[in-house]
Amino acid sequence: MRYLPLTPDDRTQMLETIGVSSIDALFTDVPESARLDGPVDLPRKATELEVERAFAKMARKNLSAGEAPFFVGAGAYKHHVPATVDHLIQRSEFLTAYTPYQPEISQGTLQTLFEFQTQVARLTGMAVANASMYDGSTACAEAVLMASRVTKRKKAVLSGNLHPHYSAATATLAKYMDIEVETEGAAPGRADDLVKYIDDDTACIVVQNPDVFGHVRDLTALAEAAHAKGALLIAVVTEIVSLGLMTSPGEMGADIVVGEGQSLGVGLQFGGPYVGLFACRDDRNFIRNMPGRLAGETVDADGRRGFVLTLSTREQHIRRDKATSNICTNSGLMALAWTIHMSLLGEKGLTQLARLNHERAIELADRLAGIKGVELVTDAFFNEFTVKLTRPATEVVEALAQRGILAGVPASRLYPGQFETHLILAATETNTDGDLDALEAALKEVL
Amino acid sequence: MAMNTQGRPSRPVHAPDPGAYSETFSGSKGLDQAEPLIFERGDFDNCGVDLPEPKGLKTRLDGLERKSAIGLPGLSEPETMRHYVRLSRKNYAIDLGLYPLGSCTMKHNPRLNEKLARLPGLSDIHPMQPQSTVQGAFELIGELAHWLMTLTNTPCVSMSPKAGAHGELCGMMAIRAALDARGETGRRRVLVPESAHGTNPATAVQCGFVTDEIPADASGRVDMEVFKSKLGDDVAAIMLTNPNTCGLFERDIKEIADLIHEAGGYFYCDGANFNAIVGRVRPGDLGIDAMHINLHKTFSTPHGGGGPGSGPTVFSEALAPFVPVPYVIQDGETWAMVEHEQEARDLSGGEPFGRLVAFHGQMGMFTRALSYMMSHGSDGLRQVAEDAVLNANYILARLRGEMTAAFEGTCMHEALFDDTFLKDTGVSTLDFAKAMIDEGYHPMTMYFPLVVHGALLIEPTETESKAGLDRFCDTLLKLTEAARDGDTGRFLNAPVHAPAKRLDETRAARSPVLTWREDETAQAAE
Repeated sequence: MRYLPLTPDDRTQMLETIGVSSIDALFTDVPESARLDGPVDLPRKATELEVERAFAKMARKNLSAGEAPFFVGAGAYKHHVPATVDHLIQRSEFLTAYTPYQPEISQGTLQTLFEFQTQVARLTGMAVANASMYDGSTACAEAVLMASRVTKRKKAVLSGNLHPHYSAATATLAKYMDIEVETEGAAPGRADDLVKYIDDDTACIVVQNPDVFGHVRDLTALAEAAHAKGALLIAVVTEIVSLGLMTSPGEMGADIVVGEGQSLGVGLQFGGPYVGLFACRDDRNFIRNMPGRLAGETVDADGRRGFVLTLSTREQHIRRDKATSNICTNSGLMALAWTIHMSLLGEKGLTQLARLNHERAIELADRLAGIKGVELVTDAFFNEFTVKLTRPATEVVEALAQRGILAGVPASRLYPGQFETHLILAATETNTDGDLDALEAALKEVL
Repeated sequence: MAMNTQGRPSRPVHAPDPGAYSETFSGSKGLDQAEPLIFERGDFDNCGVDLPEPKGLKTRLDGLERKSAIGLPGLSEPETMRHYVRLSRKNYAIDLGLYPLGSCTMKHNPRLNEKLARLPGLSDIHPMQPQSTVQGAFELIGELAHWLMTLTNTPCVSMSPKAGAHGELCGMMAIRAALDARGETGRRRVLVPESAHGTNPATAVQCGFVTDEIPADASGRVDMEVFKSKLGDDVAAIMLTNPNTCGLFERDIKEIADLIHEAGGYFYCDGANFNAIVGRVRPGDLGIDAMHINLHKTFSTPHGGGGPGSGPTVFSEALAPFVPVPYVIQDGETWAMVEHEQEARDLSGGEPFGRLVAFHGQMGMFTRALSYMMSHGSDGLRQVAEDAVLNANYILARLRGEMTAAFEGTCMHEALFDDTFLKDTGVSTLDFAKAMIDEGYHPMTMYFPLVVHGALLIEPTETESKAGLDRFCDTLLKLTEAARDGDTGRFLNAPVHAPAKRLDETRAARSPVLTWREDETAQAAE
């Protein structure tokens, strides 16, 4: 087997050094009835070529985003990732390193995490950010737990326009921590009224912006209402590119901002690995209650600047059952991809990219709104919006897929039994005029 | 000939006292190049991506246009390349040498897996595309699930968990849901051996349980007398790592499984060390109810400097009804994904405990892991376990005369030592580890597991050659000798040949600097 360096001679010599007669002698602690005599019933070893062929066959059965006019969003967005990003994250020193437990030989990872944290904090308008979570949905769930610890309260209010997968992941994690979760019904195209739910037991309100239907809202009044009752505002951003053009949640009064970073550097990946962003305001109590890893600045024995993982007394490997979270391995390499893409863009590139996305969505929305049988539901949006059709959106999407167009996410796939005719569409800088033409023409045919 | 025809010296000249010039003007030292932060280097007007000019359409953001600058510097492409390549060179990596972190399983990461994970048909697909357009992706997930269930002899697997600790959460939530379904509200105590990973007690607490520690016996395994005495009708489960973090197989595991089941509890097995037994032992045959599998350990998806991981979790019949959504199902030639709890109830009468995460788990890691598994095949995977165990025992055999093995007998995939051999030398486990850095090695896991004083846990994995292990053992033996001979300077100052000297972790924690600010950089430079 090509990955195993030991030769039969090596094995014999090593067994001799160990002082046992056979490899079986090293497995004698295994109960006899559980010892397998030979390989399990699975295919035997395969060459590179054989494995490549098997995967190519599976890959061919999928319609990839690059092959189709593509308008699918709802929490994951197709953006162009510069070739530099993928090259750099495949550097052996980044790809095949462990969590930076030995800082003297991990300064590469640690410095990039410190840079990542600073970029995330600035973009979200917060003071600090951690070194990443698994993804946006788990970051959201962890933020609710953190808000409960900080406020010592046990109720969370979730906007009905929060991505239903995020709501579900949050409710699941909150359930056994005895945190009560209240949710407002979804309201495509408008901001739901959450103020009425806030009372003296409320730990936090969680609101996504732009929301799952693409609608954008001002969070300022909500933040004020939450703060008046001693509750926190958690803002969720699933399309991080939007912050290149929009007022940050921090500027609107959010206390914790979580996000999905997939749009930068990561790609679609059929849902993972992604990178969760987690930022909060500058408050000692907040920072001590944050989940996940934190890189911090310090000096080495010669007084030179260096970086370490810090405040680890929050974490499971030190605090065990008193830890702020059980998270260990997070999303380091995806955080690296994110920070490289962000460094390539810089402020100028991100702003421009955001504007291109917004303009493509405006153009698409105007074109679709001109089709008979399409009603634009979202009037204020970034790069994603919702339309109401005259037919069930699932049927329309399937019919368009048959024509080689990936047209968006039927709202009913996220809210089963509801919003049958609502379709959520995203447009990004990757959409060409030809893509828009194709969707417009096909939709006219199908409706 | 000391001079070539152009007068260029072609032989080294020996100047007096070369050590006096160890500091440089630039701060760089040859190939060890100083690299400032992106914020000190970049420019707000610089950009490494060419984008078309926007058309200048009127925005539709309801007045929410950003009004202030963000503060994100950019770099051109060549500057970006240099920034990150220079930083990368300050990292140790498995591709550079032995990375013997016990319990972390740092093995070779085949590049075939990277290549396949980047096939557009597998990477450039959206989790919410119509299911008819991602049949190959579902097939891949189904195929990986089949391998995992066959290797563990279990009837069910959840592919959602994003890492090992997330898999623990998946398993323990299923246990909690099963107990709730039985109306057993009084079972809230989870037994966790002292030697467990910190994630185990942290996970149990996140599922609303309290933990109760079981000490290790003199052989490094669960103390069966204490275990038995702790069983009762308030016990929800045991969380047991097997092989355990001392690198030992829990001999009494079947009895443990029987006893916990008799007592009405469930058996959660932490599968972090599955690498040691894959293809030789199926955990389902040992009586487990749930076990996560770290694809980034046993099945070699790269660790990436701290993730991404992936932690599919297998389940027994008893817990199968409670697995979270989503999951794939197969109907003839067609695959489908069950995405909602109601759908799961209607289809199979299941009672999912909920949803752990948006979308369908770590597809990119599934691709890599399946590629790794298919490359090895069932015969190769069995060889993986055998070579991993052989390599660890070889290290144990070569070092145990000089360093002190924590327990008697052979080990599984990792060799555990305590710090007795450093007694009265003035050298601690930490110092010893830092001296290994100077020798070109990543240190082993230190001070874990907690059951052993000053623990040094060495896991070589199966992808090391005998010659490589011999060099490693020779070096450790020399270091041991040096410590005994009173050569403490070699240890206390270490590392001296690394990109950074020892870092002040206390200072970092006392006054945390977690983001870059201009004033703080100025201070640090003083």
